Amino acid sequence: MLNTKINWWKYLTIALVIYTVVAGLLTEVPRLPILNETIRNLYFHVPMWFCMTVLLLISVIYSILYLVKPEIKNDFYAVETANTGIFFGILGLITGSIWAKYTWGTFWTSDPKLNAAAIGELIYIAYIILRGSFQDEQQRARIGAVYNLFAFPIFISIIYIIPRLTDSLHPGNGGNPAFSQYDLDSRMRLVFYPAVAGFILLGVWFTSLRVRLRMIEYQIEQ
Amino acid sequence: MKKITLLLLSFIAYIVSSYSQSSDVPMADQFRADGKIYVVIAVIGILFLGMLVYLILLDKKISKIEQSINSNK
Repeated sequence: MLNTKINWWKYLTIALVIYTVVAGLLTEVPRLPILNETIRNLYFHVPMWFCMTVLLLISVIYSILYLVKPEIKNDFYAVETANTGIFFGILGLITGSIWAKYTWGTFWTSDPKLNAAAIGELIYIAYIILRGSFQDEQQRARIGAVYNLFAFPIFISIIYIIPRLTDSLHPGNGGNPAFSQYDLDSRMRLVFYPAVAGFILLGVWFTSLRVRLRMIEYQIEQ
Repeated sequence: MKKITLLLLSFIAYIVSSYSQSSDVPMADQFRADGKIYVVIAVIGILFLGMLVYLILLDKKISKIEQSINSNK
């Protein structure tokens, strides 16, 4: 008896992502100088970072769970959510860079938000490399979990707190209003929130597939 | 009473719509008026849908492998 039923939330993910694409291109947006139509990137670029942050939060929770109760599955969840988080973060960096080119005039400036995002990315790449450098399964999982425990607060503070304390070109930092000013426009929220939910669910889906593959691999090795 | 509310509502709607159109900021209005935007949406929508369906197929395939491993134990 094969049971290959697809969970309901996966269909929800598809619905939300497709809705984002269609409504994101079709609905009215505020008319703002410089941004013009590129304001629609808000529906695609920003959810990448939301997705990354949520996945890294899940990752650190699994790391804590592993330290409390050392089961291999907790470690798999921790590392795979971090992997998917890095993936979405890289997409966020690239899309942000393209957007910056056509609104700020350059692909990269030494803006606190941008540099912090790049450093945050490196912190997590270091996590993956650190994990990979141990042969022993338990040692790898344990040290990885402890590293993750430190990495997450650093990531949050450099990416969300420090840019707010200094000047930054990026919206939402250093006295620079976030999109809340424009999205007073409830029309944008109607697309933005479903977009965030859709991409977060998509990230969870990717992660779940990779965790299942890891479990299969693990079971075959046993 | 109902008529007054209706009148008031249509007035507010008029104000809001004229406010949003009074700006001179260039947007892709002609592109939308021509209906070409639907071509772009159709293409991107189909691409996303196709990739997500592919993901579902992958998901099912993994489920099958999981089950065959569990039944071999």
